[in-house]
Amino acid sequence: MTEVLKMPDASSGATPLPHAVSRQAYRADFDRLASSHLPTEPDWLVRFRAEAMESFETLGFPTMKDEDWHFTSVAPIADRVFHPAKPAAVSPETLSKLAFLKPDGPALVFVNGHYSPELSTPEENRATKGVSVQSLAEAIRDDSAGALQSEIGSAATSTSSAFTALNSAFFRDGALIRITADATIGPIHLVFIASASEGMVAHPRNLVVAGRHSEATIIESYLAADDDSYFTNAVTEVILGDGARISHYKLQNEGTQSFHVGTIQARQPRSSYYESFCFASGADLSRTNVYTVLEGDSAECVLNGLYLADGTQHMDHQTYVEHVAPNCPSHELYKGVLDGRSHGVFNGKVYVHPEAQKTDGKQSNNNLLLSEHARVDTKPQLEIFADDVKCTHGATVGRLDETALFYLRSRGLSYSVARKLLTYAFAADVLERLALAPLKESLEARVLARFTG
Amino acid sequence: MLEIRNLHASIAGKEILKGIDLSVQAGEVHAVMGPNGSGKSTLAQVLAGHPGYEVTEGSVSYDGRDLLAMDPEVRAQEGIFLAFQYPVEIPGVTNAYFLRSAYNEIRKAKGLEELDPLEFLDLMEEKIKLVDMDPAMLNRSVNTGFSGGEKKRNEILQMAVLSPRLAILDETDSGLDIDALRIVAEGVNKLRQPDNATIVVTHYQRLLNHIIPDQVHVLAAGRIVKSGGKELAFALEEKGYEWVSGGAAATEVAGAGSGAEATA
Repeated sequence: MTEVLKMPDASSGATPLPHAVSRQAYRADFDRLASSHLPTEPDWLVRFRAEAMESFETLGFPTMKDEDWHFTSVAPIADRVFHPAKPAAVSPETLSKLAFLKPDGPALVFVNGHYSPELSTPEENRATKGVSVQSLAEAIRDDSAGALQSEIGSAATSTSSAFTALNSAFFRDGALIRITADATIGPIHLVFIASASEGMVAHPRNLVVAGRHSEATIIESYLAADDDSYFTNAVTEVILGDGARISHYKLQNEGTQSFHVGTIQARQPRSSYYESFCFASGADLSRTNVYTVLEGDSAECVLNGLYLADGTQHMDHQTYVEHVAPNCPSHELYKGVLDGRSHGVFNGKVYVHPEAQKTDGKQSNNNLLLSEHARVDTKPQLEIFADDVKCTHGATVGRLDETALFYLRSRGLSYSVARKLLTYAFAADVLERLALAPLKESLEARVLARFTG
Repeated sequence: MLEIRNLHASIAGKEILKGIDLSVQAGEVHAVMGPNGSGKSTLAQVLAGHPGYEVTEGSVSYDGRDLLAMDPEVRAQEGIFLAFQYPVEIPGVTNAYFLRSAYNEIRKAKGLEELDPLEFLDLMEEKIKLVDMDPAMLNRSVNTGFSGGEKKRNEILQMAVLSPRLAILDETDSGLDIDALRIVAEGVNKLRQPDNATIVVTHYQRLLNHIIPDQVHVLAAGRIVKSGGKELAFALEEKGYEWVSGGAAATEVAGAGSGAEATA
C-alpha cells in the first residue's frame, strides 16, 4: 500500500503543510466553541483544552511515516473537514434494534456525543449502592471541588497522540463512572449512537474510576442509526484502585462509511485486574488503541479482541502493555477475520521496564483470510529491559482449511454453511473467554451472520 | 446402485486411478483391498467428491444419475457417506452441533422437517449406544483431542445418524485395537439394510472377519486387478500383495488392447 498523503495543490493557495485545511478548520471550530460554551467551564478545563489544541497543532495528524501508523493511512480523516456533531433524535426502537444486547443494568446513551436523558436509564433508577453513573459534562458542572481536574487526562495524555489531543480539546460529553471501594457492580452500559451526522465529528470522553477492591463490568458500544460519513474519536480512561477488577468490553459497529478512532487507556496499581475485549465489525476505517500501564506489583491485564472485516474496510488494532512493576502477567489474544478487499492491522507492543522482573507476557494474533484480496499486517513486538521474565508472542495468517471444508460438505453442509461454521470455529476460542453470557451469544450470532459467502 | 466405468482420476496432474470398473448393487458389501499407493483412498475420495481430484475420464452413475456432476454436499444429501481415513478436527464446533447441522441439512434436502435440539438429543441417545461412545463426547469439539479409536467411532456415529444408502469406509480399521475394531464393525453390521450398500476400503483382511463382504476387489496401480468372493481376502492375507501386483503388471500388458475388461 502506498501512502496517500495529499498535499494541497498550488492552485488552491493553501500552505503546503499536510492536512492544513482540516487543521485550520479544527482551530476555527475550537475558537468558536471557546467563545461560546467553554467560558462556562472551570478554568482548569479551559486550560486543559487550550493546551490539548496546541498539542494537536504541534503533532498534526499522524502519517504512515509514524511507526505507530505504518500500515494505516488516516488521510480519509485528515484530508476532510468534520465539524462538531449536533444533537439528534433516535427512537428507542431504533436503539434496541441496533444494540448488541439488552441492557441489564444502568445505561447511558449518547447521540452524536450528546447525552440523551430520554434514551438513558432514568437517574432515580440508575442509583445503585456503590456506583454512580452520570454524564461527564454534568459531573464537571457539579464538581465545585475540582476533583476531576486530577483525573481527566491522568491516563490519556494529549502530548503524544493527535487524536487524544483533539478529543481533549473538543469533547462535549461522555460517561463518568465512579465505583466505591469494595463494591461489586453488574454491567454498566454506555451506548454511543450516530444519527444524521454526515460530515460531523463526535469526541466521546469517558472516565472510569474504580475504588480499591471494587469490581465492575462496563460495556461500551458504538452504533449508527444512519449510513452517514462521520467521524467518532473516543477516549476512555480507566483508573483502577488497588485490587480493583474491571471487565471492559468495547463493541464497535459504526456505519459503513464512517471513521472511528477509539482509545482506551488504563492505569493499574497493585493487584488490580483489567480485562479488555474489543469487538470491531463496523466503520470504513477504524483504529482501536488499548493501552495499559501495570504500575503496581502483581497487577494483571487480559486484552482480547475480535475483528470482522469485509468489503473495503480497514481495521487497525493497537495494544500497548507497559510493565513498570514486577510480578505482572499480561495476556493478549486478538483474532481477525478478513473477507473481500479488507485490510486488517494488528500492532501489539509489550514493553518491560528494567524493574519489571517476573513479568509473564503472552501475546498472540491470529488472522483468517477468507478471500484472495483481503490482507493483514501483523506486528507483535516485545521490548524487554528486565532479565528475569517470561514473554512470548506470535502471529498467524491463514486461510480456511480445505480438508475441513470438504469434511463438512461430505456430511451434507453446503459450501456457504461450511464456510460460516469454520469461520465461527476460528473465532470461537476468543469468544469463549467472554464471561458475560448474553454478550457471548450476541457476538456468536453476529459472527455466524456476517460471512455468508 | 453404483456403476463405475473406466474411471480415471488425477491429483496435481498425477494420474492415480487408471480405469476403474466397479458395480455395486443394493444390499451388497464390497471390499476394496490393495497395497499402499494403489489408489484405494483416492477412489473413496473421488466418490465423495473431494475437489482436489480431477476426473479425467470415465463415468460414475448412482441410481442412474451422474454422480460426478454433484457437489459433495449433494452426494451426502443423496445418501453417500464417506467415513474418513483421517477424520478432521474442528475445534470450536461441538460434535452435537455438527451432527445436528448435518442431519438437518440432509432432512431439508429431502423436504423433511428439521429436528430441534431436544428431538435430536433423543435420536442421539439411541445412536450413540451403537458405537459404545461416552455421551460426553457430544459436547466436545468435533474430533478435537480424540484418540484414533474415538475418531473412527465418531465416524461410525455420524454414519448411524445420517443413515446413508451407500457407505464408503476408508481404512476405518487402521489404527484400531481389536476391541475398537469389533465395536466399529458391529456398528456397521447393525446399520446394514437390504436397500443399503457398503464399500469397505482396507489394507488388511482382519476387518473382513467382522464385516463379511459379498465381493472383494484388489486394486494395484490404479486398476482393479482381481475380483472374487470373500475367500480372495484370505488368499491375499496368506500370499501378500506381490501375488496380485505381479498379476497387475501382467494384466497391464495383456489388457493393453482390451482395456480394463481384463479385470471384470
